[in-house]
Amino acid sequence: MDADASAEERASIDAYLGPPQDGWDGGAREGDTYRVGRSGQAARDQRELLIEALHVLQGDVGWISPGGMNYVCRRLSVPPADAFGVASFYAMFATKERPKTAVHVCDDLACRVLGAKSLLAELEAAVGPEGTAASDGSWTWHRSPCLGMCEQAPAILAQRAGRPDVAVGGATAADVVAVAAEGSTMTSKGAVTAPQTRDTTDRADLRLLRRVGHVDPASIDDYRANGGYEGLHRALEIGPEATIAEVKDAKLMGRGGAAFPTGVKWEAVATQPAHPHYYVCNADESEPGTFKDRLIMELDPFAVVESLTIAGVTTGCAKGYIYIRGEYPLATERLAGALGEARRHGLLGTDIMGRGAVFDIELRRGAGAYICGEETALLNSIEGKRGEPRNKPPFPVQRGLFGKPTGINNVETLINVLEVLRIGGAAYAAIGSEGSTGPRLFCLSGQVARPGVYEVEHGATLGEVIELAGGPTNGIKAVLLGGAAGGFVGPDRLDVRLTFEDARAGGYTLGSGVVMVLGEDTDLVDLILRIARFFRDESCGQCVPCRVGTVRQEEAIHRMVAGRTVGSVHDELVLLDDIAKVMRDASICGLGQTAASAVQSAIATFGLFGSGGVA
Amino acid sequence: MFGAGGGTSSYEEVEHTDLVLLWGSNARAAHPIFFHHVLKGIHNGAKMIDVDPRRTETAEWADIWLGIDVGSDIGLSNTIAREIIANDLQHHAFIEHATTGFEEYKASVSDWTLERGAQVTGVPAEVIQEVAHAYATAPRAMICWTLGITEHHNAVENVLSLINLSLLTGHVGVYGSGVNPLRGQNNVQGGGDMGAIPNKLPGFQDIETDHEARARFEAAWGVPLDPKYGWTLTQQFEAMERGDITAVYVIGENPASSEADKQHTVHLLENLDCLIVQDMFMTKTAELAEVVFPASNSAFETEGTVTNSERRVQRCRAALTPPGNAKDDVWIINQVARRLKDDWIPLEPQQAWDELRTLSPMHGGMSWERLEELGGLQWPCPDENHPGTPILHTRLWEFDDPETQGTKAPFSVVIDDPPVDLLDQEFPLRLTTGRRLDSYNTGVQTGGYTSPLRRGESLDISPEDARTYGVSEGDVVAVSSRRGTVRAPVHLDPALRPGLVFMTFHFPDEVDTNVLTIEATDPRSGTAEFKATAVRIDKVDAAVGAE
Repeated sequence: MDADASAEERASIDAYLGPPQDGWDGGAREGDTYRVGRSGQAARDQRELLIEALHVLQGDVGWISPGGMNYVCRRLSVPPADAFGVASFYAMFATKERPKTAVHVCDDLACRVLGAKSLLAELEAAVGPEGTAASDGSWTWHRSPCLGMCEQAPAILAQRAGRPDVAVGGATAADVVAVAAEGSTMTSKGAVTAPQTRDTTDRADLRLLRRVGHVDPASIDDYRANGGYEGLHRALEIGPEATIAEVKDAKLMGRGGAAFPTGVKWEAVATQPAHPHYYVCNADESEPGTFKDRLIMELDPFAVVESLTIAGVTTGCAKGYIYIRGEYPLATERLAGALGEARRHGLLGTDIMGRGAVFDIELRRGAGAYICGEETALLNSIEGKRGEPRNKPPFPVQRGLFGKPTGINNVETLINVLEVLRIGGAAYAAIGSEGSTGPRLFCLSGQVARPGVYEVEHGATLGEVIELAGGPTNGIKAVLLGGAAGGFVGPDRLDVRLTFEDARAGGYTLGSGVVMVLGEDTDLVDLILRIARFFRDESCGQCVPCRVGTVRQEEAIHRMVAGRTVGSVHDELVLLDDIAKVMRDASICGLGQTAASAVQSAIATFGLFGSGGVA
Repeated sequence: MFGAGGGTSSYEEVEHTDLVLLWGSNARAAHPIFFHHVLKGIHNGAKMIDVDPRRTETAEWADIWLGIDVGSDIGLSNTIAREIIANDLQHHAFIEHATTGFEEYKASVSDWTLERGAQVTGVPAEVIQEVAHAYATAPRAMICWTLGITEHHNAVENVLSLINLSLLTGHVGVYGSGVNPLRGQNNVQGGGDMGAIPNKLPGFQDIETDHEARARFEAAWGVPLDPKYGWTLTQQFEAMERGDITAVYVIGENPASSEADKQHTVHLLENLDCLIVQDMFMTKTAELAEVVFPASNSAFETEGTVTNSERRVQRCRAALTPPGNAKDDVWIINQVARRLKDDWIPLEPQQAWDELRTLSPMHGGMSWERLEELGGLQWPCPDENHPGTPILHTRLWEFDDPETQGTKAPFSVVIDDPPVDLLDQEFPLRLTTGRRLDSYNTGVQTGGYTSPLRRGESLDISPEDARTYGVSEGDVVAVSSRRGTVRAPVHLDPALRPGLVFMTFHFPDEVDTNVLTIEATDPRSGTAEFKATAVRIDKVDAAVGAE
């Protein structure tokens, strides 16, 4: 309880927060310290820096020691018990000492069907079970949920104390050893895995991906030479009301899963009487099988910065946040670079484009929590808290970040705004279908010839998208559509159209644009067990239906797999159905509400466990 | 305040004020329930300023903490007043229409420059200035204090100095502003209200000067009342020493553990002809008694009322039958009365209360039924149609109606008067005392329960002094004052500065802190200067010979 920070920990935190002010926040006890103390609101307002401060400790020291935590708490005026609750919530924070390097090996859906299992087996044989230190004690390995590199499966992510984190695709056991080695020169490479962009004839049709692979992501000049910042220029030219009108005319729907009309959201934020307003870019792309936002952030980062700036200045915000998942080191680095460049060029700050517009963006990293993709959990995480969703209403547009009106869109939604402003709302609305306007990004993974991010206009069929990616490599047993929170469809349904309205009518979901092709030899039971484990791990534990239901769901599947059912298989299936209903009806957020959907769809579609499901 | 012995505000108001000035009050530990209301205020955006020699757990919530020298409160308040007046931030209309004595007061603080204030209190001048401006300019501001103000030889002056600030700025008699002593028990207020103080009849009616009230009591009780103030607790002990008091009846107090200069107190109690103690526990005092009446628990074994710090009278009810031979206090007193007067008719609690309502105008409208129905009422509540009075002294703002306004509130000239027990080379450390969250007063009631926070008595000392004296955590030291010596283990507490040490009085069986404290008392309130003792510490090896 009274542990002190080491000199190294202290130096790391001081480098991030600046030196302590007085003896009460960690400085020397002298002079006025004995007579004056300032805590109060000003000190507690620093709470929002907690997670970044924990990142600093984790990154520099390799774990969050009690002493280090105590020092952070003193600096930020956060009770240590509270801070421990935060640190232990996030998977990327180690609150127990571990080797300097931890390699996270993805064993989630896409990697699982493409080599992760043999990689894990090799590591177990060579090093020992997960968490075992390698013989020299310098590194260890862990299983990980989806790292968002499904098109480069199998993927690994190395957290290395004192060195940058590295994400590696197409990883082998040798890569795991190499990335952990002292003096390793491996870096995260941004592979251009949007095959359409290589095709010079098709490129003219690309709207969202048109710069991907063709501009230097570090160069603002390159970005501007390719149409960059024309959208912001136009938005400032026509003003907020006309900008919102364009977005409404475009009928742009949110791409995060809920398909909420973006223009309506912008208008709601802009007209809220309470101030300040905030705009947040949800870049916590964590749905298993999803990697489109990562690709945009790595290869066209200025597009994210520009479109968030447009959202901010249009809705009366002076400050915006990009909340990026912690497992994306390269995207983080490139966005940070883009933010710096934008500031240097007067495209963020107090006089944007010389027109007096005020807006700046802070980049915040998540730390390994799927739930933080849920918008209110994300807001809590920015505030330095456990990523537990809030009850709605009030909705974020009413009371969001720090209790103030807050707009929040994901990366893909935001960059669509650039296209809306480029061609005009009406022209944009003419793309796609009546109820689903504009282009859409899909994440093709699994057993397809050319996995990657694909852009199609709304209305393409599932089969067409799979063909775009070169077709299946091993036949099709099933397609996981929309991610772990989505569902499985069979090969008989490749003609479904990928629009919001068709999905609603047909009882499937586009979710985050996941199209994971599963070949003939796929073990579907293994996949739904992985999905059940995923939700059990990722449930934040705040509300009972999900906390208990995700555990019960996994247990029931295990019992059926092991042939040790309680009652008949049918009884277990009835139980699963009950659990699914309770979670769907009584959980406060989308995680619990969808935690059973993939499992249920697999059982119903494929008659798993020798049953046609529960009628 | 201003004659009425109670806080001017309701608890609820602190949730909606703009500034809370906690002065000599570690409310987070000592008044945790009230502090919940403070926290709500803080969450609603109120600023909190804390004046306390120690940077206590309360100070950890403060926007500004002022670590003044023990006993320099009047220096600080006079300096704040001068700074307010020098910057013309005082409330002119309120001063003109609702107060008296401003010019004398202004003259009396005129030489309390920021520099002098800084020199006397130890707090930097610019911080005092900041606090003065914050208090004067806050739309609503509340001063709350506890024993850090009252356990001094000049307690009344300390309180008056804070009232002066509220009058100067008009921060009284309006919602969200006021001056409030925090009480340490659920019924300290009620004890005073019911006449358990030497100079007042029930309902704060002066026994010497309020002839009408006295006549009312005489008529009701059928006996003449001596129009003379009684003795304060301290004066009673002096009377015991002189031999003027030879018999004492103690109800629910434990002076053998809680009084300053405890050896002397025990000696006096032992020499009485007769000591009667009525208590739930076999206290140290009870052990000295000729007769002990086992009493019941007022919280859940008796019928009656209690009155809290916001002057709210609440019903309490018997949920349990007292164990063994323990009896309700009212029953015991009735029995004693019967032995003293053959025709005494025992009074039930509700009858006693209804009698009070006829004698104390401020309780007149508080029938048990109304107390039950409304969840308590705040005095004054003169008749059954009166809603009670959440805020005292709103009348002062009736500038145009002298009758409603009544007596104007007087400023008081208060002179800085440092603690009696002076520091010198022999006793260089300032010991102050207080309470912790997990324990209550002498531990009679809390000692029976465990708490993960409780670590027993210690001499809390700054890390710097620990280095100076070559002691570390847990080392036992001898702590000596001009009156005695106790031994206690050392606890390092960064909330203390060099020269300032702290003890509680929760564990008299382990460490008898009040052996050290001085008996200097305020002549007007009778409170002792528990907060300021001069001590020295010696490592035990070296101190053995000196004991």
